[in-house]
Parts: sequence; structure tokens; C-alpha cells
Amino acid sequence: MTSAVSLVDRVKGILGPGEGARVEQQKGYLEVTVDAGSLRDAAARLKAAGFDHVKSVTAVDYPAKNQIKVIYHASSMLDEELSKYVVGLATLVDRDDPVVPSLVGVWLSAEFQEREVYEHFGVRFDGHPDLRPLLLTPGLAAQRPLRKDFKVVEEDDYLKSTFEEYTSTRRWV
Amino acid sequence: MTGETGTGNGKSNAGGNGKAARLFSRSNMYVVDMDEMVRRAKGILAKGPIPAMVDWANAFSLWPVHLMTSCCGCEIGAAWGPRFDNERYGSLPWISPRQTNLIIIEGTVTRKMACSLRIAWEQMPYPKFAIAMGVCALDGGLFYNSYNIVRPWQVIPVDVFIPGCPPRPEAVARSIVELQRKIREEGVASRWLVEGEREDLRNIIPKEDLCGWRGEEIDLSSKFG
Amino acid sequence: MAEASGTVALPGMDVRRLERNLYEVYIGPAHPGSGHMRIVVRVEGDVMVEVDPDIGFVHRTMEKLSEGRDWMKNIPLLERMAILDACNVTLPYVEAVEKLLDVDPPERAKYLRTLLCEINRVASHLYGFGIFGVFLGHSTLYMWAFGDREIFVELADRLTGARLTHSYPMFGGVRRDMPDDFGQNVRRAAAYMRRRLDEYADIFLRNPNIRSRLAGVGVISGARAVEMGLSGPNVRASGVRYDARLAEPYEAYDRVDFEVPVYEEGDSLARAWQRVDEIRQSLSIMEQAVDWLERHPREGFIHEKFWKTAPPIYKQVYAGAVPYAGKYRVKMIPLYASLRVPAGRSFARVESGRGEIIYYVESDGKDTPYRVRVVSGSFRNVIAFKYAMPGHRLADLPAIYGSFDYFPPEWDR
Repeated sequence: MTSAVSLVDRVKGILGPGEGARVEQQKGYLEVTVDAGSLRDAAARLKAAGFDHVKSVTAVDYPAKNQIKVIYHASSMLDEELSKYVVGLATLVDRDDPVVPSLVGVWLSAEFQEREVYEHFGVRFDGHPDLRPLLLTPGLAAQRPLRKDFKVVEEDDYLKSTFEEYTSTRRWV
Repeated sequence: MTGETGTGNGKSNAGGNGKAARLFSRSNMYVVDMDEMVRRAKGILAKGPIPAMVDWANAFSLWPVHLMTSCCGCEIGAAWGPRFDNERYGSLPWISPRQTNLIIIEGTVTRKMACSLRIAWEQMPYPKFAIAMGVCALDGGLFYNSYNIVRPWQVIPVDVFIPGCPPRPEAVARSIVELQRKIREEGVASRWLVEGEREDLRNIIPKEDLCGWRGEEIDLSSKFG
Repeated sequence: MAEASGTVALPGMDVRRLERNLYEVYIGPAHPGSGHMRIVVRVEGDVMVEVDPDIGFVHRTMEKLSEGRDWMKNIPLLERMAILDACNVTLPYVEAVEKLLDVDPPERAKYLRTLLCEINRVASHLYGFGIFGVFLGHSTLYMWAFGDREIFVELADRLTGARLTHSYPMFGGVRRDMPDDFGQNVRRAAAYMRRRLDEYADIFLRNPNIRSRLAGVGVISGARAVEMGLSGPNVRASGVRYDARLAEPYEAYDRVDFEVPVYEEGDSLARAWQRVDEIRQSLSIMEQAVDWLERHPREGFIHEKFWKTAPPIYKQVYAGAVPYAGKYRVKMIPLYASLRVPAGRSFARVESGRGEIIYYVESDGKDTPYRVRVVSGSFRNVIAFKYAMPGHRLADLPAIYGSFDYFPPEWDR
């Protein structure tokens, strides 16, 4: 496990002073919260320090606070010491019009996952080369399913079809 | 193979109803009435040993098209593997839908997959059968309240359902045997050949556009007149 | 790097858009291999210029559904992500929640989890080989792999009671203890599989047909693999020594001796060899785990916090004092049904057969999770299609696809 004090200090040192970043660690999970404007800068600094890939891009919806938190979990594969740690780089955006600068320029591994966050939460990534739905059909993506106000309907028929008598004028098909 | 001759090279005298003499052309070509032909062929097919043979042949060559839908595909792979060898029932998983007559819906069918399931079903020639495998194919299974799945019996008509999550490969083998029994006892395949209609299973026509998300101009709900 | 227009230019390659010769090929969700993924390929003649994976055909919305179910009920739900690797897939979820609960499972539970994880890893790699054989038209490999896989599925069946859907790791421990004769079966299976691996290498990896199809195809350098964020055997076959079992040892992996093989070439053949070597290492881990389990007494397979709430009859059954249908088989402990996890956030990662599975779990103190985020190894490997395939011929697509050992339900969740 990580040595709590040294990792927090180390990350603070990487991010530099006066960044407005908030670093907190609880139960072995370290999260850095920056605002959207300085997200790219913080990411570039982390990458320069050795965090060379992103394991996950995710978003959490807080309707009570009217915010969406977008988190990039970054870690290292080449640096043996840093590979023990996973750092969550988070930013809070407004729920009504969430725009986050895309980190594809810094971490290529974020490309497909940003598309997934886009379609599930409606968060637009500024500067993403190819922002379109990844997993869902466009109709479903428009409803932004992973937000908390999308309620899952229990036991509904999701497809309309009809049972019709089969009458074929063709034989020997 | 007699039939009524019609007017040939303009040398015949009577048109209409068939009392004209046979007319030979240079190549001994007969012009016959198709409806009569079909009626007589149906008569031959409907009796005798031929219906039983047709059903037997269909039952022992149920080739499933390899359409992997979800996690039940692992048990399909095991069912046609060496330990549970389903090939002894005559079934061979085959790639192309055009040359298969069975589709095994393994597991959950999502909205995107419903499109390709329907297209694969339509590409298969008659007489064709469908087995729905797993509880996800019955009524959603573990994902019953998911917004991205559809019930496969609303997309294609299904013959046999197998419960289980995932069903053991022995259950898959049993479903093949059940389907064989259904074909042979109810004469499904032979009745298809004779009547051209499958009365025991009403066709399912999706009213929704399953493939609209692809952005192409295929609307399956409007393909049937 | 992708340019804004979406085309990919490899160094030294000149990509021109010839409208006359540019075709779009849809390799649809029904294709000869393990399907349910669509690849839109733009080919210029026969050479692939742009590859666009279109995934989502097995998207069963597990992340959304997990927010509506109890903590315990999410284990079978999340297991269906990679059902043939079931222990590896649910283990990080269980570990993340255990971090929130502040519960550390007993030693015996850790070794049991390790044992099942390695059994699943071998079965999963053999499944990968089977599908690889189907892709390349090598039916013998398909039959051999699925036949040998049955041995390990049977082992898992005897340990947990189910062929594929184990639901074995639970918060605080495992679901049940192992049977008496399990050690002997594991050793027999391991000895058999070691003999068979040499035969596999002979018919498949040293086969001149297969070698000519796989060698030098789909080469990904180490730096590129890290940049794309690949995981699992794919990144280890490119020369990067990264394994979640080494980076952050979990369960019993820091007390078990094993090596992590690393290959330098980074082509499809190296990825196939990587899996063979990993099977060998997994067999050795299995034997060590079962040695430990046999030497140590059966003192508890689940944490005291949960075990003490069990009715006394469970304890009698576990001790073997009461004749029951099977020894050491107890039912699920009722506390799980109404478990409330304290609020917090946690993160856990586990090395599964196809890559690294990570979970980010957020709880707000209720009996259902607030957010469960799961990223599997296959999801992180999708990006390799877009960047590693262009430049090859269309016939190389199955070779590269199969060598990455994709499992679409794992990435679609």
C-alpha cells in the first residue's frame, strides 16, 4: 500500500504551487480536484512526472449540488515506483452545460472513454477529435442514461412489434 | 409430366382451355401450366414416405449460424466442443446465414444487436428454426430492467426456449433434441414444403425501425407487404 | 496520433484519399470469430487505411443497473461482464467495497481467492486460444482448447458449485471452503496441462502456416502500447513489464512465487506466446496455493464480522459435526442482504486474463451503490484497433483481432 503522506506531498509537488488544486486521500484513494480551466495543465504536469496513461475516464452525477464530477484515473506503467499509485484527477462542472477540455492531447488512452462519458452523461469534451456515441444508439445517447434523472423502468416492453399471420405468396423459398 | 400446351410458334389453332393437340417445336419443348404442376407435386409430397424423410433430414442437419449474442456463447462453444459434442446430432456451427437453418439466440439481445439478429434471420432460407438460450432470451433475465435490451421473441419467432444462466451444455443438447422431436412429430419441415406456410408459428414483424441507428435507409418494418 | 479528420498516418506512410479506390467494409457483428463487435474498415485496394471499431452490441448497462441493486446483488450482475473469468471480474469490486467497510479477509480466504483466480485465468486463456483458432481457421486448436478448458471449468465447478458463474469472492471472504480432495485434482490438472502446452506450441505456434500469418503482424512498440493505455498480456508482449499483481499485490500474490513473462517483439505471435507462458505460471501459482491450503487448518473462510452473525447450525456444518449434503457448504450469511456500506470512495485493480480490471466505487451510506465504474482490460485494448491495424492488409485483421483476445461483453459491460 502507499505511504499516505509522501504520496500526497509528492502529487502536490508535481502540480506546483498556486494551482488551486485540492488533494485529498481517504482509504488509500487519492483524488486531486482542479477546476476545468487548469485541467490540461495539471494533466500535462502529471504526465511529465511519469503518469503515462489513463486507466479510466468517468463521471459522477450529483444532482443535489447541480454538478457533474469528471474523473481521470491516471497511473504509470513504465515507472516502477509510480505504478503502485493511481491518482484521480477530478474536475467539477455545471450540470446544465458541462464542458470539459479534452485530454486526448495529453493522454491518448482517454480517447474512447471520453466518448463514453459524452454519451452517457452529456459532457462535451472540447478538442476531442471524434466526439460521437460509442456504445449506445444515438436515440438512447440523447437521453443521457447514466444521469440520475434517467429512471430505469422496471419490467417494461422496450420494443414494439406485432404478431401477424404469416401469409406468403412465395413458395420454395 | 404432362400438361396442357399453349400456343407455341403460332402454328396452333386453339387458345385457352387445353383441348389443343400437342405441338412439337424443333427442340421438343413443352409449355405447361405451373399451377397444375405445383398441385401435382404437392400431392406427391404429402403422402408416402417423403414427409417423414424430409423431416428426418431437416432434424439431423440443424446447422446453427454462429451469431454470438452474449455470455451464453461460452457454453455454446463448450456444447460444440469435444466434451459435449453436439455435432453427433448433425448440427455444425456455420458462419454464413444463407446456408444455415437454425439460429441460437445466445443470451441478451441489445438494441444494436436486434438489428443484426433480424437481418441474419431474414437471410436464412426456409424452413428455419430458432432456439432462445438462457434467461436473458426468455424475458430479460438478470438485466430485466435494462433500457438497452429487447426481448428476442419480439424480433423473430422462437421455437424452443432454454432456461438457465448460462444453461449447461447438456441443456443445449437437450434443446436440439427437443427441436428434432418437434420437427419430426409435428412434421414442420415437410408441411413447409407442401403448404408453403408455417401455421404453428406466426411471424413476428417488428413495428419499430431496428436498424435506424446505422444511418442507412433500411427500414425493416416496411419490408413486408 | 489521430489528426482532426480522423485518418491515421504511420511514420513513413503516405495516406491519400483516392475516392476511386477507397472502399468501406463492414465486418459486422455476426462474423466467424467470437462476434458481437462491428468494425468499419476503409480499405484502399487491400490495405486498411482506417479502422473504426463500432462497439456496444452487448451493452447491458451494468453500471446503471448496479446503482439500483443491493451491494451483494451486484456481484452476479458484474460477473456477467466476463463470465469465463468470473472470479477476476468481481474481485476488484469486492476489494473496493472491503476497503470501504474496513474489513480484511482472513488468510485462508485470500489463498482461496488466488486459487480460483488462477484457475479462471487458465480457462480464460484457453478460451482465447480457441477463439483465435476459429479466427485463423485452425479448428484443431478450437477443439483442443475447449476440451482442455473443461478440466479447469470442472475444477471450478467442484470448488464453487458452478461452471462459469462462480460468485465466489464475497465481502469479507469467500463463499465456501474447498473440498477435501481438491489438492490432488489440482495437481493432476496442472501436470496434464504442462504436457499439453508443449503440444499446443507444436501445432499452433511453431506451425509454419500460423507463424507466417502472425509473425510481424500488428507490431506495437512498448512506448506506443503505454501511450495507448493497453493492458494485460498485450502490453507485456510489447516489452513493458507491467502487471497489477506486481504493481499493487492483492490477495496472496505477494507470498506466492511467480514470474511475469515479457516478450519484446510486440507482434501477434509474441502475444500468443505470452499467453502460453502465462498459463504455465498460473499452474505453478495454483499448486503453491493449494499446498498452503492443505497445510493450514480450516480456521475460517470469511471474516469474523460476518461469520459471527451466522446461525449456529452453519458453524456445525462447517466443522463437519452435522451430516449435510456436502461438507463445508454453508448458505449465504443473512447479513449481506441488508448490508450498508459507509460513505466514501475507493478504487481497486486486479489483473484478469485479458487485462487489468479496475473499479471505482462510490458509496453514500445507503444499501445500494451511488456509482460503480468498471473498466476492463478489453475496453482499454479497443484503441489498438484504431492505431495498430491501419497499414496491414485486410486478411491480417483476424490475426490481429484474435491475438488481442477481445471479449466484447467485457468492454461493453
